[in-house]
Amino acid sequence: MDSVAAAVEGSDSELLQVKDLHAWYGESHVLHGIDLVVRRGECVTLLGRNGAGRTTTLRAILGLTGRRTGSIRLNGRETIGLATHRIARLGIGYCPEERGIFASLTTEENLLLPPLIAPGGLSLDEIYQMFPNLLERRSSPGTRLSGGEQQMLAMARILRTGAKLLLLDEITEGLAPVIVQTLGRVIRELKVRGFTIVLVEQNFRFAAPLADRHYVIEHGRVAEVVTHAELGSKMDQLQEILGV
Amino acid sequence: MAELLGITPQALFGQLLVGLINGSFYAILSLGLAIIFGLLNIINFTHGAQYMMGAFIAWIGFYKLGEWVGNPDLVVNYWWSLLLAPLAVGAFGILIEKTLLKRLYHLDHLYGLLLTFGIALICEGLFRTWFGISGLRYDVPAQLTGGQNLGFMFMPNYRAWVVVASLAVCFVTWFVIERTKLGSYLRAGTENPRLLQAFGINVPLMITLTYGYGVALAAFAGVLAAPIFQVNPLMGSNLIIVVFAVVVIGGMGSIAGAIVTGVGLGLIEGVVKSGVIATVIDKATSGSPIVAQAIYPVKLLFQPEASAVIIFVVMVIVLLVRPAGLFGREK
Repeated sequence: MDSVAAAVEGSDSELLQVKDLHAWYGESHVLHGIDLVVRRGECVTLLGRNGAGRTTTLRAILGLTGRRTGSIRLNGRETIGLATHRIARLGIGYCPEERGIFASLTTEENLLLPPLIAPGGLSLDEIYQMFPNLLERRSSPGTRLSGGEQQMLAMARILRTGAKLLLLDEITEGLAPVIVQTLGRVIRELKVRGFTIVLVEQNFRFAAPLADRHYVIEHGRVAEVVTHAELGSKMDQLQEILGV
Repeated sequence: MAELLGITPQALFGQLLVGLINGSFYAILSLGLAIIFGLLNIINFTHGAQYMMGAFIAWIGFYKLGEWVGNPDLVVNYWWSLLLAPLAVGAFGILIEKTLLKRLYHLDHLYGLLLTFGIALICEGLFRTWFGISGLRYDVPAQLTGGQNLGFMFMPNYRAWVVVASLAVCFVTWFVIERTKLGSYLRAGTENPRLLQAFGINVPLMITLTYGYGVALAAFAGVLAAPIFQVNPLMGSNLIIVVFAVVVIGGMGSIAGAIVTGVGLGLIEGVVKSGVIATVIDKATSGSPIVAQAIYPVKLLFQPEASAVIIFVVMVIVLLVRPAGLFGREK
């Protein structure tokens, strides 16, 4: 009886469970068996060099790559065979590396574009409070925004939808330090609000204090898992792997 | 003024009206092509055949359907056709998209072009076998016979209706795409369909419905055209080449561009056909034979007989100056 309860408890706390995930772009085999687990309310990072397969892991979770095999469970539900829009509707918010701001939409249209998929998202007022710049620029075309504003918009639009699992790809890339600090504050606030976050990051100094666990990806596999507590003792090893 | 231009105002306005009507058809057809190209990346060569099928469905509904089903009293009138023909042809389009087009999206434009061109040939061939190539007459609906004397010209009611109806449909389509939430999905899908799908939008369904709508626009234009032009299996292929030129001039995928360019080029065609420009050139150069000689090749372009060519001349010039078209964005 206890073990059943534990199993239910276990599956309940695991929001995302990826097992032996392989993915291809056309003929090229990019992911070679990724395993990772993200529990509700956690923030984990995917670290690694360029081309290691971190972005592809996020894209594969959403079905944006070519062929995929293995298992991706979201809230205990297998999603490997589902179409991209059905996976997204199970509660994923995705912020792509290239930000994906639509040029033919205004800032506010971009913000309101992703449909609501579950209750409990941030209201428009809360979002404008978090990102005041977006309120000022609401009627500008999306691509007239600065890089930092575009990044905030790309984040903001997935907070409205009620998605509880956020996949954030290189959100600090190419941004000024002051904006990176703002984004760090935003991630902390999102954790407090109970969001579950998977960060793909180059900027280890940004990611280290935020994350509960780091997955080091190399050659399309998880090479190392480092918990927040182990960070001090494994720092040298990490530096070497990441080449920072 | 009329004396100066050397033609009667009736003739000028008559040609302008013809230009406006042609322009309305160009606008509604190139609008459908632009929407389809924007989201599907398919150059829909079946568009002309789908326009022709719209006209034929109206004609069959009015003159043949009752006989075919053994109930001579059954007549699908013009107004019902205006609704039903787009629905039927739109459904046919959805079938094509679901079974054939969707296999081509990851390939080069050329494959979609060849497929849709092939489907157009099949459709036209079938209708030619069934109905022959002589034009079939479709009567102007009773409510729209007659016309108004505007003082400077006589305006047939039906032609006024065609201009108003097609421009209204164009405007509503533009408004929905550019100003509504639904339209923001279409614009976003045109830019980055994969990301839009990653937000939870059923993009494959959106693509299917968009093709259905674009095709339904062609059928709507076909029904509008039935009482003006004769209904015949090749009516679409005659028109579609010009419409492709319009789309290229306006800019591939631009909604407003397709509408404005369509109407504009129709009018230009009308002006040229009226001969007014050629006459003005004649008058301006009448004092100097050398200039007249020098400008003769240009004048040839503006002869009434050259009206069928003028759109392509505009196309060449626009492509030289703005390769992405008047309203297109360079990618």
